[in-house]
Amino acid sequence: MSKKEYIKPFIKKQTAGNMNKFGSFYQKNYRDEIAGAKIDAIVEKCGSPVFVIDEKAIREKYREVYRDFSSRYPKVQFSWSYKTNYLDAICAVYHQEGSIAEVVSEFEYQKARRLGVPGNKIIFNGPFKPEEALKVAFEEGAIVNLDNFDEIFKAERVAKEMGQIVDVGIRLNMDTGVYPQWSRFGFNYENRNAYDAAKRIHKSEWLNLTGLHSHIGTFMLEPKAYAAQVKVMIDFMRIVEREFDMTIESLDFGGGFPSRNKLKGTYLPPEVSVPPLSDFIAAISNTLLSELSPDEYPTVYMETGRGLIDEAGYLVTTVDAIKRLPSGLKSYIIDAGVNYLYTSTWYNYKVEVDRPIEGSYENCIVYGPLCMNIDVVLENASLPPLSRGTRLILSPMAAYNVTQWMQFIRYRPAVAMIMDNGDIEIIRRAENLEDVVGPERLPEKLKKFEL
Amino acid sequence: MNVEKLTRLAISDNGFIFDPITGHSFTTNEIGIKIINLLKENKENEDILDELAEIYSVNENELDVDLMDFIHNLKNFSLV
Repeated sequence: MSKKEYIKPFIKKQTAGNMNKFGSFYQKNYRDEIAGAKIDAIVEKCGSPVFVIDEKAIREKYREVYRDFSSRYPKVQFSWSYKTNYLDAICAVYHQEGSIAEVVSEFEYQKARRLGVPGNKIIFNGPFKPEEALKVAFEEGAIVNLDNFDEIFKAERVAKEMGQIVDVGIRLNMDTGVYPQWSRFGFNYENRNAYDAAKRIHKSEWLNLTGLHSHIGTFMLEPKAYAAQVKVMIDFMRIVEREFDMTIESLDFGGGFPSRNKLKGTYLPPEVSVPPLSDFIAAISNTLLSELSPDEYPTVYMETGRGLIDEAGYLVTTVDAIKRLPSGLKSYIIDAGVNYLYTSTWYNYKVEVDRPIEGSYENCIVYGPLCMNIDVVLENASLPPLSRGTRLILSPMAAYNVTQWMQFIRYRPAVAMIMDNGDIEIIRRAENLEDVVGPERLPEKLKKFEL
Repeated sequence: MNVEKLTRLAISDNGFIFDPITGHSFTTNEIGIKIINLLKENKENEDILDELAEIYSVNENELDVDLMDFIHNLKNFSLV
């Protein structure tokens, strides 16, 4: 006689008064594939945990957003924000789509050049640019946005040494009605710091101001802030052009668009609380069109990172142990920790399992594998009873994690890309011991010990 | 383990549990009812595991962990 299907036993206390009137969007919380590739096949090839990137999703999102913007404002150029995810394969997809590179360090600059991006297709931002890096950027014709007066002086020194007048942009910050106002980067508009910067560059024999840049914040949820930003930058462009007889050729509105991740502390699901990217694009392009006449359209650079890519990434992890805490709370230990998941600090990820599971959902906590009390991946997840070996698929995951992750206690895992034909490609292999100890040097006298 | 409190519970066939002393109510599933009934018969854990393993298609280790977890929950709810 065949045995009956096993469904884990549970007992749940009934409580009243916990209903809420908003509810939540229905989410299918089971998936056995990503972009057509079976989870089992991905894990068999790449191991667990593994970050998984969906190439087709990247391209489709890029095309949708670019089409939306360029159909409203013709002179727009997207630039891929390297710090969001600078794996070669990711950057190459964006470059194939026509995006140039936006970098914020000499390392990222070198990475873009190594990948084949010409210097004049790189926007070099950030508050710290060593003189050597500035020199290379100027020599190769990169678009350089200066952050502070010391950097203006530095750029002037470099240009003078090169014996060449160089084009530069300046980064502005301003009040766009959002809190907190980002004021640490660039020159402030309201206190005329930006005006003074333009004036100083105007006086310089070696610098030529041709661009204005601003990036008003991160994970912005208010499209109107971008309308305010565009208005201020156009006003400032007019002041500079009128008073200093300069021509501003480009406006760079930065990025900061949100993804569909759920910020901790937010009540509503992201499907409700996060405006679609088209709202941000409409705010920017409508303001451009209403403030400018067609004969003065500058090139507009957009440096969107997270908003374009986050939903194209997943982390596949495996449940290794199940434990009931003294408080009665159920906990799981998975094979991926917060050292890979920098964004777990501020997001509650969407969680899916790799198989349909019968049984009552229960609030639980999901720990990573690190021997550290802080290694909490999901503080308050609602999951069906999971068996050891069940795979959890966490998302959105493609922005910032594989640039801000750290090697700590365990090796960093592989990153796979599901290609648009369904093939599974490893775009960054898992680390090994040699990757970690390679840069170390052991002094001769410390090489021997007896225990 | 004192299973006296389990004997006072009203348990329906489809898993609704009512504790007439505290007024608390609970829900469980088919296997949960089986485990409670076996505990009420003062069966040892090993015997419960054997009985369940005969009925259900399940790995022994998984069943062992799940039984401990279920009994832990009964303790948390002050039912044993």
